[in-house]
Amino acid sequence: MASEIATELAEQADRALTDAADVAVLRSLEAGAWPATTWDAMAALGLNGALVSEDAGGVGLGFSDVAPLLEVLGRHAAPVPLAESIYGNALLAAAGISPPEGTLSFGARNGAIPWGRHAGHVALLDGARIALYPAAALAWEEASNIGHEPRDRARIIGAPIAEAVLPNSWGAEAGLLCTALMRSAQIAGAMQAALALAVDHANTRKQFGRPIGRFQAVQQQLAVFAAETSAASVAAAAAARAVDRRGLAAAAFEIGCAKITVGEAATRGAAIAHQVFAAMGITEEHQLHHFTRRLWSWREEGGSEAFWAKRIGQEAQALSGALWPFITAREEEIIP
Amino acid sequence: MAGLRFDLRDAPDGAAALRAEVREFLAEHAQNFTPEIRARSWMGFDRDFTRAVGAKGWIGMCWPREFGGAERSFLERNIVLEEMLAAGAPVGAHWIGDRQSGPLILRLGTEDQKRHFLPRIASGEYAFCIGLSEPDSGSDLASLRTKAEKVDGGWKLNGRKIWTTFGHLCDWMIALVRTSPAPEGGARHIGLSQVLVDLHAPGVSIRPIRDLVGEKGFNEITFDDVMLPEDALVGQEGAGWAQATSELAFERSGPDRYLSSHPLLEAAMTTLKQDGAAAPALGRQVARLWALRNMSVAVAGMLEDGQDPVRQAALVKDLGNDFEQALPNVVRDLIATEDMPEDMRRMHAYLTQIVPTFSLRGGTREIMRGIIARELGLR
Repeated sequence: MASEIATELAEQADRALTDAADVAVLRSLEAGAWPATTWDAMAALGLNGALVSEDAGGVGLGFSDVAPLLEVLGRHAAPVPLAESIYGNALLAAAGISPPEGTLSFGARNGAIPWGRHAGHVALLDGARIALYPAAALAWEEASNIGHEPRDRARIIGAPIAEAVLPNSWGAEAGLLCTALMRSAQIAGAMQAALALAVDHANTRKQFGRPIGRFQAVQQQLAVFAAETSAASVAAAAAARAVDRRGLAAAAFEIGCAKITVGEAATRGAAIAHQVFAAMGITEEHQLHHFTRRLWSWREEGGSEAFWAKRIGQEAQALSGALWPFITAREEEIIP
Repeated sequence: MAGLRFDLRDAPDGAAALRAEVREFLAEHAQNFTPEIRARSWMGFDRDFTRAVGAKGWIGMCWPREFGGAERSFLERNIVLEEMLAAGAPVGAHWIGDRQSGPLILRLGTEDQKRHFLPRIASGEYAFCIGLSEPDSGSDLASLRTKAEKVDGGWKLNGRKIWTTFGHLCDWMIALVRTSPAPEGGARHIGLSQVLVDLHAPGVSIRPIRDLVGEKGFNEITFDDVMLPEDALVGQEGAGWAQATSELAFERSGPDRYLSSHPLLEAAMTTLKQDGAAAPALGRQVARLWALRNMSVAVAGMLEDGQDPVRQAALVKDLGNDFEQALPNVVRDLIATEDMPEDMRRMHAYLTQIVPTFSLRGGTREIMRGIIARELGLR
């Protein structure tokens, strides 16, 4: 269960984003603008170092504490790299590199870097090797996901500020695992937002003389959406808890299970949201697509359902029919 | 939407040791679990096994010691339930008593009722069934017509209950019946009460109904002037509807709503362990199982805290039923039935025929989704 401080931070972020990230801001981001006022509002919360220990100048929260905050970012389709800054700083701190001020992103050296062109600093990962670059040391080949969020490729044109190797407990897949964790919680949040929109629409849009939400066919679909939304949220929280308990690398099983769960949930939920909104939800003018296009995008980032399903399936096959003992022991064994 | 919130729960202290103890017990009995027994899951009925479980203190294990319980937590009980289901143990003779009849008596029964019934449920002596559905009352339960009339010395029961699982094998039923007429033009759920019915009493006739597998699983039970003593009433006269619906949180909350097909999943994992092409489909099943388990444990935690997670239970039941119901078809896409080992093929054959019941028993899929929709503010 999330600690009180975590709930409080999530609520603060929620309030800040309600003021600073309305639909107009999302539209301007998609038109290519950098929402500086939104970032300033987020930066004022002082959360960049949420996962960095207090000794290293951070807030000293755990991954479970941060999960509700990430859900809030998803709920607002937050148009700034706060999740990336929080996780990027955690990666740097784990490697003993001092976290920089301002916007930070991270990703595989040869992969798409979220928000690259807008980041003040970028941590590039090559297996367990991590290097911190200032913006001036990188040139960008700009691209986006289908949510119109920047997903740029870096060309290194200058020297890193620092280089180090992540400890084994973070491992060579740290970038992938961190991305999967972030997107899992953000998907849960974006689903909550899309569900709330769809329920509100079902209660107000009238056809055949009554709100469409009075029809059982619509109710049953929204109930499925709600169930998948709860599953996504539980999955994201359970993966974060596993990281707090076991360390990042040793929580790959839970992270993978969560990413499969939220990916499947996103597919089902987005489809139902659009079915309920009918043609209106397809228009550019309507806000629904800000969430559904991100849901579709985030399924791909940090490993798709197919990627993780193959891997989790292989891991389960290797257990030779002892799946249940494996799943239960991961929750109950004493972890040193 | 507070009713759809889940907070993760950590395993209770001593979880691993308790789990190991249950596994050891199950290993001793496992040679009796044929593929059909494992496939039946909590619909397997075996009095001897139930008495052995009772002797371990694993029936009614959250109840006070003075009533035969072990004063363990809901989360510890959940561990026992999970292990029984994962192994496909025949728990049907005590499942209903442990899951809902006993807790109902504990919560609302008289001192005498608690003293009489709870220790006998906990030892495995009394098997309970639930009397809800009637020939003309299914999902619309409040329309039921079985009637208990107040007479000298007790109640006179007339009517019929149907689809009563194991009615022909059980000793007692807690039935929801009408004890006073519904108010004219008023809510039909007023005037219903819950009564304890001795299934061996004169006037009770039980007609087993063969199911599509060819087994006698459920029954039609007719009450013809059955005399019930005054203390047959459970809880408050006329409050039966509220009592029965709050009981549903217990009925719907457990791991029996996603683990009913689990032995088949384990068999598929073993049989297909070398099959690289099967990995993705198996991985998706594992992920769903993992997520459902986290949700189910969260609900057990809410029960532990004395909350009434009726909506969360409906939600997990709905998702869980989809999962356990789909499994036989997922598996036959990975391996042809004729290529399955004998034991697996028999489990698969049974489950293929019986999985449609998963989203019927304990409230249909449509009713579960209606409960969720109401929480969303749509009804």
